[in-house]
Amino acid sequence: MTILEKVTALLGEGAVLEAGTDRVPRIAPGSPDAVALLLGTAHQEGWRVRIEGAGTWLQSDAPADLALTTRRLDRVPAIEPPDLTATAEAGIGLDQLRQQLADRGAWLAIDPPGLAGRTLGSVVATATAGPLRHGFGPIKDHLLGVTFVTGDGRMVQSGGRVMKNVAGYDLTRLQAGGFGAFGVIVLVHLRLRTLPRADVTYVLEGAREDLTQVGEDIAAAGLTPAALELVSPALARRERWVLAVRLAGSPALVAADETGLGAASGGGRFASLRAEEAHGFWMRLAEGFSVRPVTFRIGGVPAASDELLDLLQHQLGDEWISASPAAGAIRWTGEASIDRLQRLRRTLAGLEVPLTLERAPWALRGAVGHFGAYREGVGPLVTGLRRTFDPGGALVVATEGS
Amino acid sequence: MTYAMDGLPTHRRVPDLVVLPGTREELIAVVRLLAAHGVPFVPRGAGTGLSGGALADEGTVLLVLTRLNRILRVDHDNRLAVVEPGVVNAKLGAAARPHGLQYAPDPSSQSACTIGGNVAENAGGPHCLKYGVTVNHVLALELLLADGSLVDVGSPGGEPWGPDLVGLFVGSEGNFGIATRITVRLTPLPRAVRTLLADFNSLRTAGEAVSAIIAAGIVPAALEMMDQSCIRAVEDSVYAAGYPRDAAAILLAEIDGRNVDAVVAETEVVTDLLRKSGARSVRSAASEAERERLWQGRKKAFGAMGRLSRDLVVQDAVVPRSALPQVLETICAIAQRYELVVSNVFHAGDGNLHPNISFDATDPALKQRVETASAEIMATCIAAGGTITGEHGVGIDKLRYMPLIFDAESLGAMHAVRRVFDPEERVNPGKVVPVHACREWTSARSGSAYAARHTPHVVLEPVL
Repeated sequence: MTILEKVTALLGEGAVLEAGTDRVPRIAPGSPDAVALLLGTAHQEGWRVRIEGAGTWLQSDAPADLALTTRRLDRVPAIEPPDLTATAEAGIGLDQLRQQLADRGAWLAIDPPGLAGRTLGSVVATATAGPLRHGFGPIKDHLLGVTFVTGDGRMVQSGGRVMKNVAGYDLTRLQAGGFGAFGVIVLVHLRLRTLPRADVTYVLEGAREDLTQVGEDIAAAGLTPAALELVSPALARRERWVLAVRLAGSPALVAADETGLGAASGGGRFASLRAEEAHGFWMRLAEGFSVRPVTFRIGGVPAASDELLDLLQHQLGDEWISASPAAGAIRWTGEASIDRLQRLRRTLAGLEVPLTLERAPWALRGAVGHFGAYREGVGPLVTGLRRTFDPGGALVVATEGS
Repeated sequence: MTYAMDGLPTHRRVPDLVVLPGTREELIAVVRLLAAHGVPFVPRGAGTGLSGGALADEGTVLLVLTRLNRILRVDHDNRLAVVEPGVVNAKLGAAARPHGLQYAPDPSSQSACTIGGNVAENAGGPHCLKYGVTVNHVLALELLLADGSLVDVGSPGGEPWGPDLVGLFVGSEGNFGIATRITVRLTPLPRAVRTLLADFNSLRTAGEAVSAIIAAGIVPAALEMMDQSCIRAVEDSVYAAGYPRDAAAILLAEIDGRNVDAVVAETEVVTDLLRKSGARSVRSAASEAERERLWQGRKKAFGAMGRLSRDLVVQDAVVPRSALPQVLETICAIAQRYELVVSNVFHAGDGNLHPNISFDATDPALKQRVETASAEIMATCIAAGGTITGEHGVGIDKLRYMPLIFDAESLGAMHAVRRVFDPEERVNPGKVVPVHACREWTSARSGSAYAARHTPHVVLEPVL
């Protein structure tokens, strides 16, 4: 029997989707148990499996015997507005989830890069936070727990559905940003906020160094923006760099911050965006990072943001870049070679700044790896964890590169 | 005897040997010596934990880290500090304050507990509702593993360096090794703070007020509740805070922020919500002295409860916020059924309950009733969709409850992860994961050592 025939016998014809251009069979299990069954079989048979969501973020090109897509895991078993929690399967598109939450007055305060239909599981597995990271923290801070299936088909629960939880080790944080190296996330318990009753965006164009100063003034003035993002001209589709400020929360908080913003920027230089303009601005920014072939993020201390932006400009060019200076987070997208990325990662490591490769064609990410240039002693731990959760090496993930 | 217990008086272990290294280098040398001889050890901070997590059995060395108490760096520009594990939580706060910064996690024991212990337990505190718990404030760690090797995880900017090993380590209760250097995030001190005291005729009404505030989209810095038993214990003590003794419950709500106008406006909204939710009265602290007095009553509540009886079981569980009224009523019914005094003081905004049972441990029949009631309280919280600990940890006290919330596969996964960091299971043995309840987990690394880990060495019953 071929792999496809075996999988069809195992999960039924409904689980088999049309293969991609590389003809790797694409399998869409319809339940977490089906994911466990598939991976358990793959482990026994020695199949190599690549993990996909909606296929809109990470390139679907890793060499594998089959592709496991989570896209049929799209149920939302629970939305609890009074508790501000929700439980969703990993394959649901963020746009659908957002809408279902909004209908119940709830909000998941994340705005990851990529297309609107990107799956929840993809965002969690790659820990790709967007500008809202400034006000609401990284992706992991929005997670209460996950259920995942290991590379040999075991179903593991971590965390729970409540706001605080220290029962057992925090495997949720290992999965968030693990790029699937430690299993396939099938279910996510989320921490929500109430839908902001006020949500406004202001933008200011100018030279990068001037905008950086304005950003520092805003922080010094005690404002609490949901996002404070510095965006390169090409990415913002403007003549000059843009500093975008998003204020979201209770009307009282937003009104007070709007007053403060005018004072901090020297008297109303910011332009207010209408609601639809603001939506379009943030959406274009997010989508911009899924257009070019290579996207990575780096994280330094806030005071080093300027130096890091200069370094990126010098080594790779700064055409498509977005930064949250106060959070020390910078994301770059464009074209880059293996050599250049490896050299940049080494240089950054010397500055105590990790580079996480978020997306790239397999030829590049297989060589460079999502992670690398580990500090002392980390490599053996990561290897040990991979062996624990994928003892047969069934999951094709470019953790550290070749 | 100083080291035979932690903050929970129901477990007692006498270690064979207690070592108090005075420097990082001494600590490393001791751990390497223990590794060379295959001796298990337990890291311990100030011993204020509430789960029996820092107790050492016979044949196990207790490593007390309180002498490693240097604050190595406070970096104002990048809002971070680097500390040794024995630094007391409140001392880090005091060191940050001149820079206009704070270390936000504030466990009730913050005047004594150490940052290393906070990291091991993923400690919380009243103000974690807004600012997050310990794991949200740890950027990087230098780890000393059981084999004596050093590992640097995380980065000063907070971006994980590879998989999030910082997040994995925080809350691992010492099972993965010792954090010898801890880089923490500092946050700007609020410029305005308003503290409200609201009192209610019933626990249910107070619980509903909590839901109303959360549903309004306001995140107070803290939202703490105390029941009548706790109120009276505090008011009868030297920590008397002026709480109304006849109230069935009080709520302490604190709103803070960097924007004074926003704080004033949100305080008005919260005051209005409290009144509409049935508060008998809402009072705002008129001065810093009054605010401190209100908080002292809350933070010293556990101490005040010492007046009620000889011994106290401090419980810790979390439920969905909307389940608070129902769960509180059930806990009350359990207390009545077993004729026990249960006092509730807890982080209502997080749904993090602390039902505390006062009793006399010299009475065996009473001890048994306390144990049975504790188990029923835990079962109630689990049935409501909650969990068995929100900030005190599992230690040995909650081991028996772990199989109630995690299946054998998930417990097996945790055990396997522990063995990646500590293959011989020598650091803090017998804590967190009940080994007998784990499903078999083979991995390339475990190999021939697998059988050894099935030797039961966990004391599952609390020593009440």
